[in-house]
Amino acid sequence: MDIAQSFSAALVLIWGGDPAFVAIVRLSLAVTLTAVAVAALIGLPVGALLALSRFSGRGLVIVLINALMGLPPVVAGLLVFLLLSRSGPLGPLGLLFTPTAMVVAQAILVLPIVIAITRQLVEDLHGEYREHLASLGLTGLRAIPTLLWDGRFALATAILAGFGRASAEVGAVLIVGGNIAGYTRTMTTAIALETSKGDLPLALGLGIVLILLTLGINAVTYAASRVGARFAG
Amino acid sequence: MTVMRETTSVLPLAVTGLAFEAGGKRLVDAIGFTIPRGGLTVLIGPNGSGKSLTLRLCHGLLTPSAGRIAWAADHGVIAGHKRHAMVFQKPVMLRRSALANVEHALAAAGAGWSERRTRAREALDRFGLTDKADRPARLMSGGEQQRLAIARAWALRPEILFLDEPTSQLDPGATRQIEQMILALKAEGVTLVMATHDMGQARRLADRVLFLHRGRLVEDAAAETFFSGPASAEARAFIAGDLVW
Repeated sequence: MDIAQSFSAALVLIWGGDPAFVAIVRLSLAVTLTAVAVAALIGLPVGALLALSRFSGRGLVIVLINALMGLPPVVAGLLVFLLLSRSGPLGPLGLLFTPTAMVVAQAILVLPIVIAITRQLVEDLHGEYREHLASLGLTGLRAIPTLLWDGRFALATAILAGFGRASAEVGAVLIVGGNIAGYTRTMTTAIALETSKGDLPLALGLGIVLILLTLGINAVTYAASRVGARFAG
Repeated sequence: MTVMRETTSVLPLAVTGLAFEAGGKRLVDAIGFTIPRGGLTVLIGPNGSGKSLTLRLCHGLLTPSAGRIAWAADHGVIAGHKRHAMVFQKPVMLRRSALANVEHALAAAGAGWSERRTRAREALDRFGLTDKADRPARLMSGGEQQRLAIARAWALRPEILFLDEPTSQLDPGATRQIEQMILALKAEGVTLVMATHDMGQARRLADRVLFLHRGRLVEDAAAETFFSGPASAEARAFIAGDLVW
């Protein structure tokens, strides 16, 4: 099969809504969206807390989290694998090679991005708002809700960046998910497998969906910043 | 709207021996004055004389290194409500609509959902900002932002309002509007303490003048007395328009 034929076969897969194909896309989205939601739920308050608190070693923590933004996905996968493997500390939970394990691995990849960007943003915003908020009695942690809300458009960008990283990575989900057909096979792991097997139409079809997804994320990011400029100034 | 009659007041405010240090330098020192109810007191002096610092110390944004700031009620709070507010030189505008800016301040003061909306609308109406209610506050002009900042402070129903050079970044037209607002507040019975380095403004507005120089209170006099015959050489030079260092 040449490339042109593979390409048209891939389009047929997408247009036709092949059940196996759709299942892979759906699982990928479910895993990534859940991971991003978990990371946002933890990362937003932790980032804000880090922005407003002062303790010795704070600089070290910030450098560490910034560095973790570049954590190689395979290493994150390996760490989660060790945690969840039968002899690991969380082994008895029996989570290895499940979608939950993939959510944990991806959340670990997204979390540093959300924390680092939230920290920076909230710190800058607090510099600007501090006196007014203190005047209103919103000192210390009581300033956090205002700061998170006023940073909402920029924070949405941070979360979308996290979504981008999670949806594109292959190493972590491959290690902890195991690429089990119909259960833990995601778009990226399927592409890796099908390409090596020679099933180019499926790999190409999933690749096209991934690219469209990335385009979509960027369009939403752009729109968020435009809306932010218009409504928040 | 029913007007609550106050049985107690946070005023007078008595400041004694006030000092503030930063980086080993004493920026204000031995400042003492009393602010009774009513009237407009102007803190005047050259840049770096300690006007803004004194206001921030009184408002509780900074902790004095020495001295006392004594309200008639503890910390200027009565029944859980802080009765002093502050307007800054550069208004801090939240990334929300004008109305939401006022509502946020009221929420911070513990006002309930519907009370917030009512009082915020009332504040915008009071200062001619009704048609700006839904505008993003940060997209408004400098003059409008400062008017909103004053409306936002007014919504909190303070007994005393600190104003830190509220017009120093505004053009003459906007300055006039702000000065009218300030006089309206005074007529309403709000006690005002304003820092300015603008002599013309001090002449137009002040009932009483506190002249600061190099972090010390050099003169405390009725406005007429101060402008017609200042007691100190520094004040005379300042009034004469000389640069005082």
